[in-house]
Amino acid sequence: MDRIPILKMGNLLLVSIQVDLQDQLALALQDDLSERIVQTGARGVLIDISALEIVDSFIGRMLSTIASLSRLLDAETVVVGMRPAVAITLVELGLHMPGVRTALTLEHGLALLGAEVRVRLPEDESFDDLDADLTEAADPGASPGQAVSGRAPTGRPAPAEGAWTG
Amino acid sequence: MSAARWAGGPAGGEVTVEQTERHPITTEADVVRVRQVVRGLAVTAKMSLVDQTKVVTAASELARNTLVYGGGGSMTVDIVHSGRRRGLRAVFVDSGPGIPDLDLALTDGWTSGSGLGLGLSGSRRLVDDFAIESSPGAGTTVRVVKWSR
Repeated sequence: MDRIPILKMGNLLLVSIQVDLQDQLALALQDDLSERIVQTGARGVLIDISALEIVDSFIGRMLSTIASLSRLLDAETVVVGMRPAVAITLVELGLHMPGVRTALTLEHGLALLGAEVRVRLPEDESFDDLDADLTEAADPGASPGQAVSGRAPTGRPAPAEGAWTG
Repeated sequence: MSAARWAGGPAGGEVTVEQTERHPITTEADVVRVRQVVRGLAVTAKMSLVDQTKVVTAASELARNTLVYGGGGSMTVDIVHSGRRRGLRAVFVDSGPGIPDLDLALTDGWTSGSGLGLGLSGSRRLVDDFAIESSPGAGTTVRVVKWSR
């Protein structure tokens, strides 16, 4: 049977549903995702449904189940890219998706997760290195008060969490 | 099947039918095909994108009911005309165990299986005309019509 690919990106898992979902495929995705969350220790799951022309009660339930499962496994799920017509139809259908967070675009979804789970590569110092480089570059000795403006107290670039605190 | 509850056109006018197609619903792949067929006809009937999405979603729910609860069956779908308006009519037929209590089955959240209980009640809200006939042992027939605006 076909599988929907799950991509690992730092400590996030990314799923883009590009096919007309058969029920078994949706169920397989639930199983695969929970396995991958445990396997990778992912803290966030992004599910892109921008290619889905409809979300019926079965697919809606799948998204809800994934959100609940991933929360139990210490990961947050964000569904991104829902089409407006799909949203209108879901409301009329009467489908509630408890626990499912949504964002308009993949970028917004990343920001939403980034604000909560800190997108970082696991056991990889590259982010710290990057921060160190930035700090050096931005702080050549002169006017340190100005150089650190716009930064979090840690010296890390301020996270873009203002509009996405949930 | 009687046409007793076929209410006619949006203004009660005469309805003409064209482009009738019949599709079996015996596998999950058939449910996907039903969605694609209904999408194609909804485009032909010049429905808005939102109405296309609604009628395809309703068809998906009803096709799944036909497969899961009715043990398989078929969908007959056609383009209907009433005056200047066009619409899409889909009839889902199975010869499964039937539904003992239709009022209960049309209640939000009630399910005889493992579903969410939105298949019938939800799809009724997504279409303009909804008729169901069922009795225990005699299968179930659901007929829906969506008119383009």
